[in-house]
Amino acid sequence: MIGPVSTALAPDLAPPTTPGGRGGGTVRHLATKLGGAVVSLLMVIVLGFFLFRVLPGDPVKTITRGAPVGPQQLAALRHELGLDKPIAAQFVDYLAQLARGDLGESYQFRVPVSTLIGERIGPTVLLVGVATALAILVGLWLGTRAAWRRGSRFDRISTGVALLLWSAPTFWLGLVLLTVTGNLFPSQGLINPNTPAGFLPQTLDLLHHLTLPCLTLVAVLYAQYLLVMRSSLLEEMNADYLVTAKAKGLRDDLVRRRHAVPNAMLPTVTLIFLNLGLVVSGAVTVETVFSWPGLGLLTYQALQGPDLPLLQGLFVVLAGAVLVMNLIAELLYQVIDPRVRAT
Amino acid sequence: MSTPSPTAIAWQRRRAAVGRVWQEFLSDRGGLFGLAALSLIVALAVFAPLLSDASGLDPTHATGRPLEAPSGHFLLGTDNLGRSVLLQVWWGARISLLVGVLATLVSVGIGTLVGVAAAHFGGWTSAVLMRFTDFFLVLPSLVLAIALSTVLNRGIFAIVLAVGVTSWPSTARLVRAQTLAVESRPYIERAWALGAGHVHVIIRHVLPAVAALVFANTTLTVANSIIAESTLSFLGLGDPNAASWGEMLNAALGSGAVTYGAWWYLLPPGLAIALVVLAFMLAGRALETVLNPRLRER
Repeated sequence: MIGPVSTALAPDLAPPTTPGGRGGGTVRHLATKLGGAVVSLLMVIVLGFFLFRVLPGDPVKTITRGAPVGPQQLAALRHELGLDKPIAAQFVDYLAQLARGDLGESYQFRVPVSTLIGERIGPTVLLVGVATALAILVGLWLGTRAAWRRGSRFDRISTGVALLLWSAPTFWLGLVLLTVTGNLFPSQGLINPNTPAGFLPQTLDLLHHLTLPCLTLVAVLYAQYLLVMRSSLLEEMNADYLVTAKAKGLRDDLVRRRHAVPNAMLPTVTLIFLNLGLVVSGAVTVETVFSWPGLGLLTYQALQGPDLPLLQGLFVVLAGAVLVMNLIAELLYQVIDPRVRAT
Repeated sequence: MSTPSPTAIAWQRRRAAVGRVWQEFLSDRGGLFGLAALSLIVALAVFAPLLSDASGLDPTHATGRPLEAPSGHFLLGTDNLGRSVLLQVWWGARISLLVGVLATLVSVGIGTLVGVAAAHFGGWTSAVLMRFTDFFLVLPSLVLAIALSTVLNRGIFAIVLAVGVTSWPSTARLVRAQTLAVESRPYIERAWALGAGHVHVIIRHVLPAVAALVFANTTLTVANSIIAESTLSFLGLGDPNAASWGEMLNAALGSGAVTYGAWWYLLPPGLAIALVVLAFMLAGRALETVLNPRLRER
């Protein structure tokens, strides 16, 4: 879930070390990373099958929970869903479907799961993207100030507030914001159907709807950036090259902006991607509170059934997306940190 | 005067070490606040049956009107069924803390087992276990926890399992690193040379050496477990008969009390969660700083 503070709120973000110092090191390193990611993706696919087909025992019972259904209907439903075949055959069917990009049909909406996910992915990417960008900006800025004036009142207050916001459950923060702002912001949806057509009014209405969900997500996310930036900069501040920079007579402000901050920012790049799991959790709860029509709200709706094919599809897509993003982060790190590349 | 036995010397050293840790812990104001808040909350939760009357939780015995604002009689007002919100928050602490602690035990248990095994046996075991750990580390755990608690029979047990099974990887990595550090020390080599087996080395040497860090990590994990529990309960995956704080918030939203503007029903459970999580976090962080020399400089 959300990582603990010192070990995971500010996790061990040391640059990944490359084994071997020979010429083929980089290629081998890449191959290892790619291989690991492929194995992880396969594990997600197997886990998806295991969780939703094997673990429930009889998925039909889960679907019809509480409803009066006769044995004949149960058998018919089982046949329709292919659940009367042996587990191995079901697994082969599942793999064949996945290979075709077919995630099955939702019980609730009676449309293919892939269509549903395709429709809902846009709003989630918008919400999560804007919130992450804002959280990084706020976190890095506050973290830099806090570290530069370590132990000052600004440091203590900003770190304290960040920890407090991080401690509160996301959905509760959203509800409180909703109650406090009253009718100032719309409480649900993406856009008001009565908004006049045209680019400007539509965009403004979208931003109006985006404000509260985005604020809630930022409040929870920025603490980690603040703490990581703070500790990373504190470590950097003991470095010899900063003493040199100061000795050259550079202004304090320039030493910070040109020399210390760029180096201290490296660990936060990994954090952006490590945080994706947290971002997904945040999206589920925030979208539920604000009825933001994205993948998070879809997860909540799938829970009500429970709509097992939809949940399975969401699980595979969300977990797969996080894994792929992580791979990108590791590769990106190679490019931006020369120390990793050199080995 | 007879010379003290080796066991006595060992215990004397342990007592001295605990004393030093305690002294350093006392100098951390945040940690001290966390510890004090936790002691108070745990005491209140444990002694709730002695200090208050549980019959007020039963909707059929509710004495107030629905959604009464705070007054002298109901300090935090009433919920949609006319029950005291204060009493519910008080008794909710029992469920929230219990689920948080149980889930943490599951999580730390798995994490310690995987971490020690990976570091101790090395080779293929380590490669497979760490691949597995990294996989779970990046997996969006709320989605996995939702999936788990959907397919299991709903209730406290499902939540404990769902939270525990999804939150162990950071513990496993911490324990693995610490075990590797411990096993490279000469006294482990001495034990091997004297003919010690895997079980002896792990139980007598490795576990005591990693126990302190695991304990600090446990404190931090409880904080996460409590947030995770409240999130799952809020999404409607909890047990409606075991009213934890998350369950209360679920009821507050579901009954329309939030839309009605009943802030006295919305604020107390959330503040309680934030306070407990913050207290666990501050105490755990202080403990970790004292125990982990790498963090001490910061």
